[in-house]
Amino acid sequence: MAIKIEHLNYVYSAGTAFERHALKEINLEIPDGQFIGVIGHTGSGKSTLIQHLNGLLQATSGEVYYNGENIYGEGYDRKQLRSRVGLVFQYPEHQLFETDVFTDVCFGPKNLGLPAEEVEARAYEALKLVGLKEKYYKSSPFELSGGQKRRVAIAGILAMNPEVLILDEPTAGLDPKGRDDILDQVKMLHEERGITVLLVSHSMEDIARYVERIIVMNRGQVMFDDTPREVFHHYRELEEVGLAAPQVTYLMHGLQEAGWDIATDATTVEEAADAIRRFLK
Amino acid sequence: MIREITLGQYYPGNSVIHRLDPRVKLAGTLVFIISLFAFHSVEAYIGATLFLAAVITVSRVPLSFMLRGLKSIFFLMMFTVVFNLFLIKGTPVVSFWIFTITKEGIEMAVSMAIRLIYLVIGSSVMTLTTTPNDLTDGLEKALHPLKKIRVPVHEIAMIMSIALRFIPILLEETDKIMKAQMARGADFESGGLIQKAKSMIPLLVPLFISAFRRANDLAMAMEARGYHGDEGRTKMKPLVYHGRDKMAYLILLGYLVVMFLLNRIGFFAGLWGL
Repeated sequence: MAIKIEHLNYVYSAGTAFERHALKEINLEIPDGQFIGVIGHTGSGKSTLIQHLNGLLQATSGEVYYNGENIYGEGYDRKQLRSRVGLVFQYPEHQLFETDVFTDVCFGPKNLGLPAEEVEARAYEALKLVGLKEKYYKSSPFELSGGQKRRVAIAGILAMNPEVLILDEPTAGLDPKGRDDILDQVKMLHEERGITVLLVSHSMEDIARYVERIIVMNRGQVMFDDTPREVFHHYRELEEVGLAAPQVTYLMHGLQEAGWDIATDATTVEEAADAIRRFLK
Repeated sequence: MIREITLGQYYPGNSVIHRLDPRVKLAGTLVFIISLFAFHSVEAYIGATLFLAAVITVSRVPLSFMLRGLKSIFFLMMFTVVFNLFLIKGTPVVSFWIFTITKEGIEMAVSMAIRLIYLVIGSSVMTLTTTPNDLTDGLEKALHPLKKIRVPVHEIAMIMSIALRFIPILLEETDKIMKAQMARGADFESGGLIQKAKSMIPLLVPLFISAFRRANDLAMAMEARGYHGDEGRTKMKPLVYHGRDKMAYLILLGYLVVMFLLNRIGFFAGLWGL
């Protein structure tokens, strides 16, 4: 039960002057129940990669397996796959189209051909999960605030009951509170339902706080694939490809250079505070 | 999927034709088209062919790109040829059942086909060697005198360039929204006509909203940078005629004179015969 990617290659506009090799020889295994962060510079191929996981893009070469089945195989039901691997695009609020919030969330489960009661039950549950107040259910999605719209859009994916949830920069353009709310809810979903989560993000702080594994993409290839602690250990190399480690990594390294006998592998503010406290005792 | 559609026809290059002032190319295309329809002797068609071949060679755009435009007028051309072939009265050549093909009909059909083909290739030369922006710039400058009779030339040119710029943006947006809705189980391919039309709603509503949002943002950005229409507006790269542009005008004039003479060859030949 997992996603497996083998020798995946993807070329944009093959055979024209605009040809671009977006993914090169990707090999990955994503076991069930992991919380994974995907980071990479703009144009590193991370958005292209995640669109292969639910079969939206057809690989130029290579295979993608979901629960052992080849998703490019003949007769494979890719519509079904998309309900199991939920993909929340960047700025998902731009895809809202219905006259009210509740109907919009119903769109996904309705497309799966579920009976009406089941559709409504799922929409209701999904909206509750993202923490939208009930008084908004019947209002137009265009009357809501940016953060609320985004929750509705995420609920639209959750209503399909995915086993894997992929979020492409879910916090872009949100204020700090909106950001924490959404990420905390994703974390809660991960813990309560045990769903696999892939979080694409630019923010090292977010990644370090929530994920247990980081995949670093660079120029269409996997550069690192390890725990946050190990990945941020390579912070100099991350800088070279236009990324950075969390602020605390720099702080800890700075303290060590200043002569403190302190471990530098803290990835969150809490861990760093603990380490400093221990040193000062 | 949608990304594959190429837009605008511009074929990047650095030939003399590419570098010509867009006004010259506009005038040249116009002169060429007029010459096609004003003159109709075999010699004149040979002259036009040579001129077109010379321009294409100099532009260094592959011939296949030039011919691509012909696909879109294929049916129009077939209609014209067939109608001319069968409906023009004159000296019969072949006759079967109720159809009669006349000598005049053949001549007319052939010359109409040549005119249409050259018309398309001639305008392709212009669009392939000029960026859409240059083209609107050239059009604005060329039509400038019309301002005197209150034609909003600048506004029309601005609308044209913004519309052209928005096409790729909206295509990309369509692609994105389509994928996002497909991730929610939407199906844009299967089903009958009504089902298909219905399935477009989740695509069209967000697309319209996004188009209005972008238009609004653009208007704000233009105003914030002090855009106030044509009055007192200067250009970063004003269109100025260079030596090569004057040369091109001279060549055009030469072409017209030669075509005029070629058309009269029959007439002169008659004179010499006396």
